[in-house]
Amino acid sequence: MATLEIRDLHVSVEDKEILRGVDLTVNAGEVHAMMGPNGSGKTTLAYAIAGHPKYTVTSGQVLLDGEDVLAMKVDERARAGLFLAMQYPVEVPGVTISNFLRTSITALRGEAPKLRTWVKEVRDAMDDLKFDPAFAERNVNEGFSGGEKKRHEIVQLELMKPKVAILDETDSGLDIDALKVVSDGVNRFASGGDKGVLLITHYTRILRYIKPDYVHVFVGGRVVEEGGPELAEQLEAEGYEKYVSGGGEAAVESATVGGASS
Amino acid sequence: MTAETGIAPHSHGGGAEAEAAAQSKLHATASYDVADFAVPAPRDEQWRFTPLARLRGLHDGSAKPDGGISVEVDAPAPVTVETVGRDDPRIGRAGTPTDRIAAQAWTSFEKATVVTVPQEARPDRPVGVSLRGEQSTGYGHIVVDVQPLAEVTVVLDHSGSATYAGNVEVNVADGAQLTLVSLQDWDDDAVHVAHQYIRLGRDARVKSVVVTFGGDLVRLYPQVRYGDRGGDAELYGLYFADAPQHLEHRLFVDHDMPDCRSRVAYKGALQGEDAHTVWIGDVLIRPDATGTDTYELNRNLVLTDGARADSVPNLEILTGEIVGAGHASATGRFDEEQLFYLQSRGIPELEARRLVVRGFFADIIQQIHVPEVRDRLVERVEEELQAVGK
Repeated sequence: MATLEIRDLHVSVEDKEILRGVDLTVNAGEVHAMMGPNGSGKTTLAYAIAGHPKYTVTSGQVLLDGEDVLAMKVDERARAGLFLAMQYPVEVPGVTISNFLRTSITALRGEAPKLRTWVKEVRDAMDDLKFDPAFAERNVNEGFSGGEKKRHEIVQLELMKPKVAILDETDSGLDIDALKVVSDGVNRFASGGDKGVLLITHYTRILRYIKPDYVHVFVGGRVVEEGGPELAEQLEAEGYEKYVSGGGEAAVESATVGGASS
Repeated sequence: MTAETGIAPHSHGGGAEAEAAAQSKLHATASYDVADFAVPAPRDEQWRFTPLARLRGLHDGSAKPDGGISVEVDAPAPVTVETVGRDDPRIGRAGTPTDRIAAQAWTSFEKATVVTVPQEARPDRPVGVSLRGEQSTGYGHIVVDVQPLAEVTVVLDHSGSATYAGNVEVNVADGAQLTLVSLQDWDDDAVHVAHQYIRLGRDARVKSVVVTFGGDLVRLYPQVRYGDRGGDAELYGLYFADAPQHLEHRLFVDHDMPDCRSRVAYKGALQGEDAHTVWIGDVLIRPDATGTDTYELNRNLVLTDGARADSVPNLEILTGEIVGAGHASATGRFDEEQLFYLQSRGIPELEARRLVVRGFFADIIQQIHVPEVRDRLVERVEEELQAVGK
């Protein structure tokens, strides 16, 4: 059983406070949707948990099964069982996906994967995501379309099998076919009941394919409302206006939640 | 013997070649005689990046030869090796010194090594030319003659400790193909300054791979000229400078014939206080060189504070009727976002840094098809990377 606990988390970027006291618990078997307008701090939350050096945690706690995540280096957090699917995955010239995945899995599992089973494991994961196996010999994310980058993130999710996955706007920039493929991948990951998912999104569209157990509305660097799946439906109908009007100073633009845009 | 292709104030040349060159701003003076060149001064365009005080007198005539460096050639049949005197007719065919140290070496060398690859020969392994210094000073001359339709790989392997200036003449005759690897794997205190002249015959191809890791000061000057149409030159380079190394690569591709192609790609990494690299890429497309296709690229990866990479591409085009001409130069710091991405997948920081640097060099390393050279190169990159991320 895995539990990710975020307690009163405050995070700054270059001395500007972005997160202003975030509380959230993600248990194994739960899918949480974190929804909010652009600029509300959703990505900051994801990156702060993953340990990006640009984000400074000024107070609060992040615990994974009681272990202090904030005391860990970035790679240690991954080895402890955290995974962040990034909104803008980085290109790494000269490093093939094949080499990258093998290096990563070796680090995560503590030993090199057996060659025979490994080749099949990678091919299956790529097949699942309708990701051309020829990509294995291409450089990480180099020259990939937006959709290919996102599918590559979910290929990694399938292979790395973290305890808790944070998906940062994995749905943005995807056409409907790619969205279904990616959603299927996330659902497969979550289906075992022993994994936690924190799905960060601006739009409700992906929630037609990935059913959240809990929905959190994130505005101005904190969670302003929580509920079940019905909250997503309400956001779909009403948008974020009632949360951002007059408040939410970190919200840099008024938002639409309309399903099929993007 | 003096050949002149320039417009320098003391020019006394003439003829068609000099006229063509007179239109170019690149490479004013060319001469075999050291007396035709002034002693380099810090502000000279050709020398402004080079720390003259660390040349140990190679530039001003005060470096006294004391045995030079040993040259051993491992030549598979039917390749022949000869040691010849200065008057050998095969000397002086590929190119002419364009700076004082090259002219000094030309004026001062006593014996030359001539490696001949006979017509249509395809030796089953590379020709290995080992140049080794034993804390010695000297001038040297190597001639590589690849005769028509031959296909061969030649590896120039520089090692040990030396103060050495030399010229390497490379003739690739009609239809021949040469891969020329030059490894600068010197001890930390070596000083090495050399010109490498490559002259291509009709439809001849050369792939030059220059790899510089060692030495206190290395300044290499690979040059390509085309003797006829259809020549193809690919010039690759990889260098890795630690503090306080000065590694300088100056290239000159002289498109003097129609329908020839050139590609230049050099990549360097730097780490440590006062590590310094210089890359100068000169490409000249002369008025007659219609149908030229050329591209040159230099990238530098600065791994730590205090290191400095200079990169200057120069492209001079004197005819509009070409296939293509371009250049790119970029010097960047280590990308922390790449590091974060790899670390976020569980890869420890040091290993992630190594992956990124290895990846940076990968396309150059892939150009080396000699397994033993490639393995050694990968090994040397690994050694350098031991210091990365400390």
